[in-house]
Amino acid sequence: MTGEKTLVIYLMAGPDTPALAEAAVAGGADIVEIGFPFSDPLADGPVIRRAGERALAQGMRTAACLDCLAETRRLVDVPLVPMTYASILEAYGWERFADAARAAGATSLIVADLPAGERPELRRVQLVAPTSTDERLRLAAEQTDGWLYLVTLTGTTGARAGPSGQLPGLVERARRITDVPLYAGFGISTPEHARETAVLADGIVVGSRAVELAEEGPDALCEYVASLRTALDG
Amino acid sequence: MTTGLYGTYGGRYVPETLIPALDELEAGWAAARRDPSFQNELDRLGREYAGRPTPLTLSERFAPGKRIYLKREDLLHTGAHKLNNALGQAVLAQRLGKRRIVAETGAGQHGVATATVCARFGLECVVYMGAEDMRRQRPNVERMGLLGAEVRPVEFGTKTLKEATSEAIRDWITNVETTHYLIGSCVGPHPYPELVRELQSVIGRESRTQILEAEGRLPEVVVACVGGGSNAIGMFAGFLDDAEVKMVGVEARGAASLSSGRPGVLHGARSSILADEDGQILDAHSISAGLDYPGVGPEHAALRDSGRVEYVSATDDEALAAFRRLAETEGIIPALEPAHALARAADLDAGLVLICLSGRGDKDLDQALAHL
Repeated sequence: MTGEKTLVIYLMAGPDTPALAEAAVAGGADIVEIGFPFSDPLADGPVIRRAGERALAQGMRTAACLDCLAETRRLVDVPLVPMTYASILEAYGWERFADAARAAGATSLIVADLPAGERPELRRVQLVAPTSTDERLRLAAEQTDGWLYLVTLTGTTGARAGPSGQLPGLVERARRITDVPLYAGFGISTPEHARETAVLADGIVVGSRAVELAEEGPDALCEYVASLRTALDG
Repeated sequence: MTTGLYGTYGGRYVPETLIPALDELEAGWAAARRDPSFQNELDRLGREYAGRPTPLTLSERFAPGKRIYLKREDLLHTGAHKLNNALGQAVLAQRLGKRRIVAETGAGQHGVATATVCARFGLECVVYMGAEDMRRQRPNVERMGLLGAEVRPVEFGTKTLKEATSEAIRDWITNVETTHYLIGSCVGPHPYPELVRELQSVIGRESRTQILEAEGRLPEVVVACVGGGSNAIGMFAGFLDDAEVKMVGVEARGAASLSSGRPGVLHGARSSILADEDGQILDAHSISAGLDYPGVGPEHAALRDSGRVEYVSATDDEALAAFRRLAETEGIIPALEPAHALARAADLDAGLVLICLSGRGDKDLDQALAHL
């Protein structure tokens, strides 16, 4: 870790992703999520949905995504976490997918439409939301793999104008229930958001805005990630 | 922990944000079912507002030599079976304190039914509809507007029911605390497949009573079209326990999730889906917007696997021919969706057949006339 607070950056799998991941890490990312695109991503807003459409048009099917993951693994040392949807695992085979991802260098897994309780045998980072009951927070904390992904708001991924008013209550409830690190994501896009969110949580996840910057190339991404890093460490 | 399974199908494959709302809906539905006043209210609305029971019509000229009975859901208020479900869910939503309704629509029939019940109960209504479907189902778009609903076009992907459903779910994720998602078919995460089946089962219950009155015996075969599968599951529900009654579901050839799909996950449930080997959802193709969907209700997938229901398909041309034939021989213009069921019924090796005529064809005139 480069600082006290963990910075997680999401990138969509694609031909340029290994180089982009390297740039993100150079800018100060502690963990990189790699999106395996799905045709019907229910949890995603327009930026990541469109990035997924482009990735699929470029042929980023499961095998290509696993290759991308392995190539990224060769370039960076930080934890890599594929993020995808249940349909991809259903088609590939649930266990087979987890094995293949691990073999390609994945540290864990996030499945956006697989809530805690469904397929508990699949080790993965669990998500909780402001709507989660204490009972669900407990279940997710018990089953999660390393850290808990706090969805900061009721909504899909994508930048929001300001910090979520729903997050403080969620963090407070989660702290009472579990000691696992809490990383907050959805809606965070600016260094200012990052700093405000990190006052509450142990880390932040930035997706949509990072995907937009990644489209401008590694230098732009690196600079953006560095600005988040500075905000978290400052 | 996994709930709402039909064999290995069903379940809840949705973001965590929705789970508490699904739990609340499940509990609210369980309480409503135990409450006689809920059923009484639905019965009264069905009778006084919707026009239940709908008649059973013997069609003697459509298929000479057979006795084909049509369950006339086309005569229900708003012109299709969709109102049964929309009324029930709207009453349920109010019990749950939800005053805003979102829905998806393909052919527009479910959107019209939802807009109708929202007008009836004074609820805010937002309907997501693919831009391509808005083009081919213009009259229903206008009806929804007149009923006070906001129709939001979905301009990406296939611009049809699949994307409209995804957008409705995204809206629900965003506004879950105030909003009920009024899903239009027996698809989606638990408890929706069960909820919609139960609300549509009035079709099968009435049909069973009516055909026993008319013929003194049960039909040899019951036929219904299957997109998501709500009219079919409602009709089949009345006959599943009658082992001697054969049941046939008819899909559109280019949207045959059951005949040519594979196990997959779409819109919150595991079912039989049109998907490629990587699990990416494929585009469906049908002249009928209501059948133009790459998924199907999980209970249908289980009924296929168990062999209790046989699933076949009909082409666009076969459906169009049946559409015209029913108009010319019986004076009934069917929707293009049940025209698929009509197309297969004619070649069944059976004397006494019951078909669910799930909707009327006014909405399809432009589309059908352009092809005929």
